[in-house]
Amino acid sequence: MADILRVEDLRVHFKDAAPNRFAVDGVSFSIGEGEILGLVGESGSGKTVTAMSISGLLPRGKADVSGHITLDGSEILQCPEAELLDILGEELGIVFQEPMTSMNPVMKIGPQIEECLRVHTKMSKAQRKEFAIEAMMMAELDEPEKIYNRYPHELSGGMLQRAMIAAAIISRPKLLLADEPTTALDVTIQAEILQLLQRLNREYNMAILLISHNLHVVRKLCKRVAVMQRGKLIEDRPVDEIFNDPRHEYTQKLIAAIPTRDKKLY
Amino acid sequence: MKYAAKKLCTLIITLFIVSLLAFLAFQVIPGDPTTQMLGTEATEEARAALRAELGLDRPVHIRYFEWLSGFVRGDFGTSYSYRIPVSDMLADKLPITFILTIMSFAFTVILSIPLGILAGSARSKVMDVIITVIDQITMSIPAFFIGILACFIFGNIFALFVPGDFVSYKESWGACLGYMVLPALSIAIPRVAMTVRMLRSSILSESDKDYVRTAHSRGNHRRAIMVRHVLKNALIPVITFLAVSAAEIMTGSIIIEQVFTIPGISRLLLTSISGRDFPVVQAIVVIIAAWIVIVNFVADLLYQLVDPRIRLK
Repeated sequence: MADILRVEDLRVHFKDAAPNRFAVDGVSFSIGEGEILGLVGESGSGKTVTAMSISGLLPRGKADVSGHITLDGSEILQCPEAELLDILGEELGIVFQEPMTSMNPVMKIGPQIEECLRVHTKMSKAQRKEFAIEAMMMAELDEPEKIYNRYPHELSGGMLQRAMIAAAIISRPKLLLADEPTTALDVTIQAEILQLLQRLNREYNMAILLISHNLHVVRKLCKRVAVMQRGKLIEDRPVDEIFNDPRHEYTQKLIAAIPTRDKKLY
Repeated sequence: MKYAAKKLCTLIITLFIVSLLAFLAFQVIPGDPTTQMLGTEATEEARAALRAELGLDRPVHIRYFEWLSGFVRGDFGTSYSYRIPVSDMLADKLPITFILTIMSFAFTVILSIPLGILAGSARSKVMDVIITVIDQITMSIPAFFIGILACFIFGNIFALFVPGDFVSYKESWGACLGYMVLPALSIAIPRVAMTVRMLRSSILSESDKDYVRTAHSRGNHRRAIMVRHVLKNALIPVITFLAVSAAEIMTGSIIIEQVFTIPGISRLLLTSISGRDFPVVQAIVVIIAAWIVIVNFVADLLYQLVDPRIRLK
């Protein structure tokens, strides 16, 4: 299995932090073609900074980043901005946590979904719309023609997250980066979105990096889990192994934190 | 469409109230026009005769509705001081003031939007400080002082124009507009500074929003993010601000006319106020109010064009 994403010895240090405080401290992992990797950890563990480094969204100049990140063979960390922009939205699709604020409020849904095509291809408007409708159907949005002309405030959170997913997968990226994609949503909708991600992974062989603080969500979707704590990757193993035999004390705590039917919360 | 109709109703009601206030104010403010016209030595009979002639002896509400119905038809009444129709007195002067106002407004919009974008996308600290300082300085100089400086520098030193040598648009549009460039700029410069500051902070706060990160994640170039995403969002508060400026630009024009000796309504307004020539003052007040209300109406329409969230309400 060829690696789609390879992160090697990633180190991120914010310029306004103490000299020996690394937000991400020597993290290495890889994702194979069509694989789903869950990256878990509590807030501040460095999982989002890792994701931002992968997507090149860390403000250059505010953070020192070292190490290597290769996406399908091309190095993203040290490449010029223009090259990075070519990759973003084309080979790497990103779904963010807050669908409500991640959409431009004054732009119709359709143009936002097809934006990757507008940036990366020379398609005509009509062609783009065709693809957008198709992507919306892939994301299981009902009545895509209607939603195409709607504005974000006219849709529910779940529909918006589907629209965000449609936008992220429209150019069939090899890797989908989902940063807490269900955290802002209702529980029932969470399950639907997770199923959707699973289906996209299976049907289009799209690799997914799922970032979450919720081990339960990760267990549903992923075969392999990486656990982060204080900027370090402390475990990276198949999901069943981690759940049956958590080696690290921190992982044990995370697992214990999952509410189950026969465990009292208080 | 419903939105526009609603706004149009508000516009008409506002104008009605303004006309009522403009009319009533001069009934309450002390100062009798007949004293002004006949002098303090006049007999009580002569005054009463004049009051009857001017129609001032009739009840206020009747006079108001007569005045209003005349106003709607373009008859602004007769000047007390000159005994000629107010509409004739304004016919030559009002268009000049309006040309100046519209030109100043156009300069404000045309200059402030690109400069605001520039200021909003300045990425270096030095650039930022330079912009803020220039902005601060231009904002704090009053328009009439810029006008005086402009007269001195471009009129006296470089002799590019002769202050006071105004050419009416009736003779030559080109010369008229040419003469108005400096006065219009004088009015516009402080306004531009304020709008630039507003747009800059609006752009900066929009740039931190999540949807900008999304746009970046799709491979958009920084410039495309600014033009396609940030700008439209950032303009929403600026439109309101520009509409509010319209009022100040009009009154600013009236002052600047004095500096550049432009024969607009300014002198007429001043002499009419001191001369208690109420029909003239009322007409000008209502016309200025109408301009402000109409600009705000247009701003409301623009607003809903830019921001789809307003259309629903």
